[in-house]
Amino acid sequence: MMEELFRMTYPVASADYVNAGKVSTDIKRRLKQLGVGGDVLRRVAVASYEVELNLVIHSLGGELCLTVFSDAVQLVSADVGPGIPDLDMAMREGYSTANEEARSLGFGAGMGLPNMKRNADEFDIKSELGTGTTITMRFNLPS
Amino acid sequence: MQEKKRYHSVRLDKDRCKGCTNCLTHCPTAAIRVRGGRAHILDNLCIDCGECIRICDYHAKVAFTDVMANIKAYKYSIALPAPSLYGQFRGLTRPEYVLEALKRVGFDDVFEVARGADIVTRAIREQLREPNQPRPMISSACPTVVRLIQVRFPELIDHIVNIRQPMEVAASVARAEFCKKHQCAPSDVGCFFITPCPAKMTAIRTPIGQKKSELDGAISMMELYGLLLPHINEMLDDPDYVPSTGYGVAWATANGEANAVCPDNSLSVDGISNVIRVLEEVENDKLSDLIYLEGNACMGGCVGGPLTFENSYVAKNSIRKMVRHMPPDHPDKAVPISMLNKYPTKNDLPIEPNTAEKLDDNLVEAMRKMKRMNEIIARLPGYDCGSCGSPTCAAFAEDIVRGYCTEMDCVHLLREKLKVMAEEMVELAQSKRE
Repeated sequence: MMEELFRMTYPVASADYVNAGKVSTDIKRRLKQLGVGGDVLRRVAVASYEVELNLVIHSLGGELCLTVFSDAVQLVSADVGPGIPDLDMAMREGYSTANEEARSLGFGAGMGLPNMKRNADEFDIKSELGTGTTITMRFNLPS
Repeated sequence: MQEKKRYHSVRLDKDRCKGCTNCLTHCPTAAIRVRGGRAHILDNLCIDCGECIRICDYHAKVAFTDVMANIKAYKYSIALPAPSLYGQFRGLTRPEYVLEALKRVGFDDVFEVARGADIVTRAIREQLREPNQPRPMISSACPTVVRLIQVRFPELIDHIVNIRQPMEVAASVARAEFCKKHQCAPSDVGCFFITPCPAKMTAIRTPIGQKKSELDGAISMMELYGLLLPHINEMLDDPDYVPSTGYGVAWATANGEANAVCPDNSLSVDGISNVIRVLEEVENDKLSDLIYLEGNACMGGCVGGPLTFENSYVAKNSIRKMVRHMPPDHPDKAVPISMLNKYPTKNDLPIEPNTAEKLDDNLVEAMRKMKRMNEIIARLPGYDCGSCGSPTCAAFAEDIVRGYCTEMDCVHLLREKLKVMAEEMVELAQSKRE
């Protein structure tokens, strides 16, 4: 990866449905102002929304970090818990551990993590019960 | 990145402008700045929504449209009323009264845009049948929404249906039929759209998706209302009159188009900030189960346009009642497929993105500017008061980075600086005494 040129970090609070989606909206806006568009923007848009909502619905709180390199966009989600007990199940389409409140608001289709993996050029997830989960996604920029 | 000046129907009357912050803070694309005591419209960002016209207390924001005298430039003139015109007259039961009134105020003929809407309904339904289309497809009827997508959501341009607006299709048919009937040249005829908004006027002067508009001008409903009112009592006297369907008239109100084109799986959104919110969801792939999205910049749809006379809720109700008494035929039945082949219904140019919001063509340079912007924003108070002449502190930081103003244009920063300087003066004076 080439020189890091721009970074923004956004805190996301647990169960904060009122503000859910605002971070990914800002990420999109900034990328457009930087001239990142087309297919890359669409994929970052989908993935950033999914990862933000995961922080709201499932985590105890965390942050989203956007880093723009001259050849790629990187999105890292890091939370403080509770951690994912079964990573394989979590990555399966249709599997969801969303609670009542989330489902009543229309979330919990079980497509979040698979959507992220499908839209990113590189996807990495690490989780430890009791500590938290870190997701790293990379989206290559056309030269 | 200076682009050539773009035409806009929305203009400022400098003499009336007080330099206040009303329009500044209400523009959905942050296209206004107040400098030198008056508003300036950034013509590469303005989408002609007319929100500034609505909000200005001093009537300094106006829409430039054709005046009735302009129809005299042509040997013959045809009025093409948007169906929202029918909702402007309380108690009106049938369009024919308005159509006759239009002839009495000076037009040689009249052709309903509602008929254009019927043809366009048919054309869009044909296009929706094609495979592998983006979901949802987005209506091209509201020029403000199309321009909003060009500026703010260029990745969604390929979602916009490749079909012309009803007023354009109506003008093609109107001109051809009139010239055939009266044996005259197409250039002898002036086709004038009767418009509820400035966006349509801009779309005629600088069309999107077409090299040239089929229309020659637009006259506002506000201008015509008073002229038409005394004549709304006579029925149209025309043996060749072909009415539109109720579906075509209903395009005047929000959900009218969606209901005609795709009643089973469509969404209608009205109000520019609501349209922005829904387009964000489309961009996040959250509405991919939807087939058709109808976006209206104005609340209530076209009946809520800034150049209408009647209260939009009353007008919406009038249209609804009128439609209920029209024959129930759908355009699929009323419009023969041959119409789609006989007259142009598709765009002849692609819709281009508008890169006005990009900080720089070079990614590295753009990132440097954004970093500077963030550093400046951290020093600003965050009141979004508009006193500097930019709509928000973030926009002000961007304007500084683009070189249009300096940090001391912020009244609050200036006051802080003066306080510090005053304290230094006091210290200096005291030290001199000692």
